[in-house]
Amino acid sequence: MSTKNSADRKSALDEPAGRTELEEQEAALKQVLADFRCSVHAWSDSAMSRPRPVSSAAPHRIWRRALGWALGCVLVAGGVSGSIYERHHQQELARIAAVRQAQQQRLAAEQRAREEEDLLAKVDSDVSREVPSAMEPLARLMAEGETR
Amino acid sequence: MATAEEIAAQDFSTIVQTHRPQIFRFLLASTRDLDLAETLTQECFLKAHRNWSGFRGDSSAMTWLMRIAINLQKDHWRNRRMQFWRLTQTNSVDLDEASEWLSSGERSAEQKMLAKEQVGRVWQAVKGLSERQRTVFLLRYVEEQELSEIARATGLSEGTVKAHLSRALAKVRAEMGRKQ
Repeated sequence: MSTKNSADRKSALDEPAGRTELEEQEAALKQVLADFRCSVHAWSDSAMSRPRPVSSAAPHRIWRRALGWALGCVLVAGGVSGSIYERHHQQELARIAAVRQAQQQRLAAEQRAREEEDLLAKVDSDVSREVPSAMEPLARLMAEGETR
Repeated sequence: MATAEEIAAQDFSTIVQTHRPQIFRFLLASTRDLDLAETLTQECFLKAHRNWSGFRGDSSAMTWLMRIAINLQKDHWRNRRMQFWRLTQTNSVDLDEASEWLSSGERSAEQKMLAKEQVGRVWQAVKGLSERQRTVFLLRYVEEQELSEIARATGLSEGTVKAHLSRALAKVRAEMGRKQ
């Protein structure tokens, strides 16, 4: 668009009537820009010298900031204590599970020991018979030889 | 006998007194928000004070300060875009109100009305400019800076400054040519 405008302006510059019109437009634009500059300067000068209501704005901002900080602190503290509680809870659960497991192992060991004891007792009773039945005739022969 | 720090502080206070109106004016025209312009001006001088010892004088103090102001303004718009979720209150002055400030001079009532309307149109065009175009336009036509100075303040090449200025001016021309 700007290239088209500049091309139009260029072709207009070639003709004297167009040149005058263009010069007028440029002069008008210059005047508008000068007005714009003056208005910004005047506005800025007036704004710089205006009275500033410090007391009304500052405490409001301070309170808002303090509230923000307090809320932030509460959130952080809540997060930290929550994570500590969670960790503690996990540790407690792990401890209970370990105790239970140890108890179960102990009971199993006792059961095994009892079974072994029973087995040994049975073996003892079997072994401690006075004379096995299969050897009885031989024992009798030995007794008769001794009497002869 | 004054210490080096006192001398530096004295120099800086002179810099503030000299350049504050110009920095404030640029920020006011860029944002059309009195409170924001004041805040950004304060921040600009605070930043400048912190880095005052690092100022080597490669460019003028004005160019250096203007560069800080441009960056602050850029950061502000960027942050505001990011804070879409926050309820932001815009204190930007209405365009009609911004064009109120026109010296009466020796003009008739009709001429004053016309001038006010035209200044309003320039504001309208400025509102539609991109950030860079607006910065370059304001530095050239409000602060009356040279192209080389604008290039140093914005960190752009002179050619780029010229291109932005030409586009900005074309938009102003188009706005002026538009019928109501």
